[in-house]
Amino acid sequence: MTEMYEFLTGPGVWISFFIFIGGLIVRTVYLFGVSQERDRVFYNHADWKWGGRSIFHWLLPLGSVSLREQPVFGAAFFVFHVCLFAVPLFLLAHNTLLHEAFGVALPSLPDSVSDILTVVFLVAGLILLARRLVRPEVRILTTAWDYFLLVFTCLPFVTGFLAFHQIGPYQSVLVAHIACAEALLMLIPFTKLAHAVLFFFSRAFIGFEMGTRRGARTW
Amino acid sequence: MNEELQKPVNTKAIKDLLSLNDSARIKSWLSICSRCGLCAESCFFYLAKNKDPKLSPAYKVKATLLELYKRKGQVDRAFLQKCHDIAWGECTTCKRCSLFCPFGIDIATMISTVRSICHSQGVVPEGLVRTSTNYRESGNQMGMATEDFEETCSWMAEEANDDIRGVEIPVDRAGARIMYTVNAREPMYYPQDISMMAQIFTVVGESWTLPSTGWDCTNLPMFAGDKALAGQVVKRMYDKAVELGVEAIAITECGHAYRSALFEGPYLAGYRDGKPPVPVIHSVRLFYEYLRDGRIKIDPQKMVEEPLTYQDPCNVSRNGGLWREGREILKYLAKDFRDMTPNSEYNHCCGGGGGFIPMGPEFKRRRMESGRVKAEQIRATGAKIVVAPCHNCTDQINDLNKEYQLGIKVVSFKELITERMIVPDEFKPVASEEE
Repeated sequence: MTEMYEFLTGPGVWISFFIFIGGLIVRTVYLFGVSQERDRVFYNHADWKWGGRSIFHWLLPLGSVSLREQPVFGAAFFVFHVCLFAVPLFLLAHNTLLHEAFGVALPSLPDSVSDILTVVFLVAGLILLARRLVRPEVRILTTAWDYFLLVFTCLPFVTGFLAFHQIGPYQSVLVAHIACAEALLMLIPFTKLAHAVLFFFSRAFIGFEMGTRRGARTW
Repeated sequence: MNEELQKPVNTKAIKDLLSLNDSARIKSWLSICSRCGLCAESCFFYLAKNKDPKLSPAYKVKATLLELYKRKGQVDRAFLQKCHDIAWGECTTCKRCSLFCPFGIDIATMISTVRSICHSQGVVPEGLVRTSTNYRESGNQMGMATEDFEETCSWMAEEANDDIRGVEIPVDRAGARIMYTVNAREPMYYPQDISMMAQIFTVVGESWTLPSTGWDCTNLPMFAGDKALAGQVVKRMYDKAVELGVEAIAITECGHAYRSALFEGPYLAGYRDGKPPVPVIHSVRLFYEYLRDGRIKIDPQKMVEEPLTYQDPCNVSRNGGLWREGREILKYLAKDFRDMTPNSEYNHCCGGGGGFIPMGPEFKRRRMESGRVKAEQIRATGAKIVVAPCHNCTDQINDLNKEYQLGIKVVSFKELITERMIVPDEFKPVASEEE
């Protein structure tokens, strides 16, 4: 178990970040290449005012008509994404490790806050899962892979929560936590989770298409 | 057509089209859709059919285009028939769902791609096939001969002189400011539409002409999935405008014609920069400018007193950007304007768009069912008059009026304006004195 831990916190980190960032870059560059010939419509009407507004409004909590019509989902959706970023980036334990390794780190949230945000994240995740199961128009679209990705996105939080509270065999829980998180990072570029980056392009496009060309809002 | 349906599926043609359309947009859209289902509530087909989950926009793409890519085009006739039923029978490509998708996925573009693929295998609604033949043979969807068109124009000019003195309907007048294009239904079935427009142009002193070719601004091949023919149709109009040296192409009160001429046409006709060679203006914008600048004055005594509502045609409002202009015009014309909910760029399609009206009787039942959303919207306003600056909306709402007994009258801006404008003395007909 110690060897496993050594690997995951050593080369494992480098490998997973390399695949995560490199994969996203390769995918984006590939799409950029394809777009040169086949997506003239993207470039012809590009206007960052409309592109920016199209992106910005969907980053706001309930910033669109669409989400305001489904406020519970809209709120869960927003909280889920904010916590997904905030907890791992500003977690004291993560930043301590960063500081030990590189001598620099991001500011940290107090542990009590991270702890609450973890629970909030998991509750939001449960709402998203329940919605998938309960609402027919979402269930009909959902594949096993979608359920898997949703659960898998939550796993680092579940295991992190257990490790922090020292529930279960600490060493194994910790190893599971790191393994899940690294696996998740490596999945992002190759799955729908690549929307972390592609969101900005697809939103910019519809902003150009409906906004620049027609003056219509897309939020 | 039927013979073509007996042929084995040409997988290579499908593969070629899949590859041709495999843009960075489609690749991204198909791969990042997170199946959140937010698009469902935006679709009037879904809302009208008791929220049937199979009518959510994302499902329609999942069942068609995504499947075509997954199977690399290896599909059978039954699958293509299913694509046909979805792409034409369950979507009017109104683009409303794009406004409700967190990623702004353009479902309509993907449904249009499915239509192209179906078209490549001869799987197209009969009504649209017929119009394609007409476009090919005569350049217009009704198959009207040029002589008949020109004759109708001179006949209408004569008629118009009963109301407005000095009306001319020039054809091919080089150097006119505006080349006015019509929906082929007008010379064929509603020639008074041309007469009314000529009266308006005469009163404002507009320099205008009708073209002898490319006068039909409609583009049903665009909805039939026949992109090559759609490109030819719109190109014919552009070429004529360039030949006549006009400043702008004006489009009659027709929604999809504007979508074709200004937005999709340049791409269909192969203009890489996506711009039409001549500026395109919709008559809703023209009427708005005439009223704003005082070139048309409305008699306040004749303003509409009855409650009136405005049908935002998808391709004039959301996809044309003219919802404000439409409402501004109504301020001059109506005393009791009542907006529908939702409206403007968020309007619901009437159910007659995307080629539905010309798809004919076999699709009428569905059209009436999906139109329930629009019928209820209209009823809720309590309006007695619905203004619809689009031929398809007009037909659909007239049908809905019968189906749902709405007790309304559907009118165009042309009608409202010509009946209510103040005619300056120099244009008042003299004929009445002679009688």
